[in-house]
Amino acid sequence: MKSLFGRFLLRRLGLSLLTLWLVSVVVFLGAQVLPGDPGRAVLGPLADARAVAALNKELGADRPPVEIYLSWVGGMLEGDMGQSYAYRAPVAPFVGEALLRSLKLVGVIFIIVVPLGVGAGVVAALNVGKPIDRIISVASLSLTVIPEFVSAIALILVFAVILRWLPLSASWPDGAGPLVQIEHLILPALPLVIVLFGYIARMARAGTIEALSSDYTRTAILKGLPWRTVLIRHVLRNALVPTIAVIAAQTGYALGGLVVVEALFRYQGIGNLVLSAAKAKDFAMLQAGILTIGAFFVIATLIADCLTVMLNPRLRAELGK
Amino acid sequence: MTDRARDASAPALHLDDLSVAYTVRGRDLPVLSNVGLTIERGEAYGLVGESGSGKSTVALALQRVLPPNGRISGGHARVAGKDVMELGTAALRKMRANDVAMVFQDPGKALNPSLTVGRQMAEVYEILGASSAEARKRGEAILGRVRISDPGRVMASFPHQLSGGMQQRVVIAMALAKDPALLILDEPTTGLDATIEAEVLDLVDTLRQEFGAAVLFISHNLAAVASLCNRVGVLYAGKLVEEGPARALFADPRHPYTAGLLRCLPRAGFKGGPALDNIPGFPPVPGSITKGCVFAPRCGLAEDRCRSEEPPLYDVGEGRGSRCHFHDRIDDLPRMSEPPPVNTPERGPDVQPVLMLERLSKTYELPGNRQVQALRDVSLTLNPGETLGLVGESGSGKSTLANLILGLAEHDEGGAISLDGTPVAASVHARPREAIQAIQIIFQNPDSALNRAHTVKHLIGRAVERLAGITGAKRNTRVTQLLEAVRLTPRQLPAKPRQLSGGMKQRVAVARAFAADPRVIVCDEPTSALDVSVQSAILNLLSELQAERQVSYILISHDLGVVRHLSDRIAVMYLGRLMEIGPAKSVLTGPHHPYTEALLSAAPTVTGERGTRIRLEGQIPSPVNPPSGCVFHTRCPRKFGPICETEEPGFSADTEGHAIRCHLDRSEMGRGREMKGVEIVEANG
Repeated sequence: MKSLFGRFLLRRLGLSLLTLWLVSVVVFLGAQVLPGDPGRAVLGPLADARAVAALNKELGADRPPVEIYLSWVGGMLEGDMGQSYAYRAPVAPFVGEALLRSLKLVGVIFIIVVPLGVGAGVVAALNVGKPIDRIISVASLSLTVIPEFVSAIALILVFAVILRWLPLSASWPDGAGPLVQIEHLILPALPLVIVLFGYIARMARAGTIEALSSDYTRTAILKGLPWRTVLIRHVLRNALVPTIAVIAAQTGYALGGLVVVEALFRYQGIGNLVLSAAKAKDFAMLQAGILTIGAFFVIATLIADCLTVMLNPRLRAELGK
Repeated sequence: MTDRARDASAPALHLDDLSVAYTVRGRDLPVLSNVGLTIERGEAYGLVGESGSGKSTVALALQRVLPPNGRISGGHARVAGKDVMELGTAALRKMRANDVAMVFQDPGKALNPSLTVGRQMAEVYEILGASSAEARKRGEAILGRVRISDPGRVMASFPHQLSGGMQQRVVIAMALAKDPALLILDEPTTGLDATIEAEVLDLVDTLRQEFGAAVLFISHNLAAVASLCNRVGVLYAGKLVEEGPARALFADPRHPYTAGLLRCLPRAGFKGGPALDNIPGFPPVPGSITKGCVFAPRCGLAEDRCRSEEPPLYDVGEGRGSRCHFHDRIDDLPRMSEPPPVNTPERGPDVQPVLMLERLSKTYELPGNRQVQALRDVSLTLNPGETLGLVGESGSGKSTLANLILGLAEHDEGGAISLDGTPVAASVHARPREAIQAIQIIFQNPDSALNRAHTVKHLIGRAVERLAGITGAKRNTRVTQLLEAVRLTPRQLPAKPRQLSGGMKQRVAVARAFAADPRVIVCDEPTSALDVSVQSAILNLLSELQAERQVSYILISHDLGVVRHLSDRIAVMYLGRLMEIGPAKSVLTGPHHPYTEALLSAAPTVTGERGTRIRLEGQIPSPVNPPSGCVFHTRCPRKFGPICETEEPGFSADTEGHAIRCHLDRSEMGRGREMKGVEIVEANG
């Protein structure tokens, strides 16, 4: 069984690398081809042609695209993400720091949303058709469709401006401890919590309802097991497998969705980094940032797949075929 | 008996005027009305009736696991002397842990897919206070008692790693683990192969004696009930309409509903033998009949009195009861349907077969350069207007053969299919429209075969358009003709599948298959999802259409009764090979291939008498790695020497075209000893 899982993992890793490669090509093409040549894009339409050519040479943009791509990817593989034009410094430390900040934010989001979403979904499922289920279902559905920037502004108004419970800025003072950091991150986390809550709650609700009405749950009840045992061992164990996969897959989504939130809260995470790099036409930074987000997406999906398989003995056996 | 305080003198189950109601859209629908029955200790009681009669509700009610909208609206249910209505939460759980156990229809669903069998077995003992090590040990021991040869391995397995028969044994073991006073079996063999069904029935029968548990056996399979139970109750529209000792009741029913069910059953007789009757109409919506007898609208004996005065449970002697005013006039019950015409296909060397299969094989590639031969070297012919029955256990290649014929899968190089003497391409995509029209299929489950979003008109109309190429006004005429041919009315045209009953849906599927004057129809378990009375109507419809249109059928079915009733010839398959083929009468009366012999001996009959069961040892071998020599030698009870293991036997045929693939001499093969019913009918008809 172990080796089968190993083989599955290898195959999935291979596919992930392939995905990542495709992402790199798309990112490269997007940054390289769409805005015309980088020197012109940076210096603007009125700049002297010689200055543009000089900048292109400095950026290495006068070489054939394939060569540029290869040297970029080669650099990436060695951990060299290139030079930022805007900062005149290597890109890597910026990306690293921004990623760390974003991960902290994602962490806070999930610490809040997972128990909340799963809990609400299970409670709704246990009370199907009753008022509490209606409330949770309607709430989760309507919250999901609220865009982050709308809910963010509302939340800022209520919690930071009117009630003054939470700090307005996401950035904490230097040297702040973890608790203070979390306090600063709660408000930026909430808009995404609201979006993800709906997904997770509905998955958990559907999975639980299915498991509750299953024959094996009835078998467990008829064994005379206490309700708690039936619920935890038989119902939830089967109900939450798809939910866990959804949660893991949403990690990547959350990271992408951060762009809006980080910009609104002026939080120097990876989303904000990409946004400002795009504004500043800092191509190296932009490419590295997007590729990092892409890599994260791929890794999250990989983890989701692995979790699904590990939690489901039937899939585990399928791997042998 | 253990320390459990169990009143050993009280009956295992006593239902006293039990009524159950479901609340649907604010209205109370009585699903069970005043059902009274008693199951004594160690007794096996069969509860029969069509779907919707309330059989399963009885089981759910007496364990208090009714769906949220259901409630016991009157009467009492006493399990081992305890009134389940009066039990508190803890006492109820204790009753479930100790006194009553239930086995469901689908063992694959009844087991938790993400826990090992061991974990689920141990649970039962842990509730009774065993330590976890002890629970495991006892779990293994009980698996041994349900004849599982390697309990250790099974304990460590997940449910999906076991075969259906094995899963059902595990569920039965789990049920017996608590040494219950009452074991409820709800359709325990539906969906299992005939041989596995027979095994499970045998096992339950043996274990019942070993454990001394009373059994409540709920089934629509009258034959299975007859073979297992001492007493039988017949449920119709939530009422117990007849009750009595199993044999007497099935031999001499005293209620027109029971009599009608039995007349629907293809139990004996070959094609052209006694015609099946059916019960016209539908079971009433619960609560819709408030006056008189619930069965009166469908009853051939009903008089005014039946519509005004509800019959009490008449005592008709020998411990039997019937809720019919005319329980002594059941023999006068007229036929309720016209006997359908039956087609006798022409035979002989000058008849051009409609379908000819030559050396069809199908090999699937598996990862790792492995191959599996799902079908090997099958040759057969089908004459116009003829029905060929195809039997064999799951995995024998029946469905693969059907797919090859339909062109849904492509046969290997070297095989050939010809239709009316013209070769047709292996793939349906490469076939001309005429060839596609000519070969159609009726599936087992009309629910999944019909698109739920479309109306009957659209479903049939589209087939007419696509297959027959008829459009415009002619299309509608054709749809109406087809509708009439399958005994539906134009009223059903705008209906969607969910508004139709199971039988009506299957009629729509039949109409669709007949859309473009087919020559051959593959009927894949056409009635196994249907109730007995609906089944008989569909079988009659198939006969009638065949006589009218000279269409040929390839009939795949587990139910030997159905196969016998419709088939002119029968082919028996095992592990992708044809083992025996010949005229239905020869195949069923013998000499038999040892595999056919075992299959036939497995089938229970409604008369309750069974010949000696021939047990097949072991599992069906994997087709990836089939046994050497004769593929059946690993399970063959008549294996006689090393030749069986080394050399694949060829066919030996008699003058009537009855061919058997076996090394045994025909004179040494088994003959139809257990088929008494057949001979009686032969003499009469």
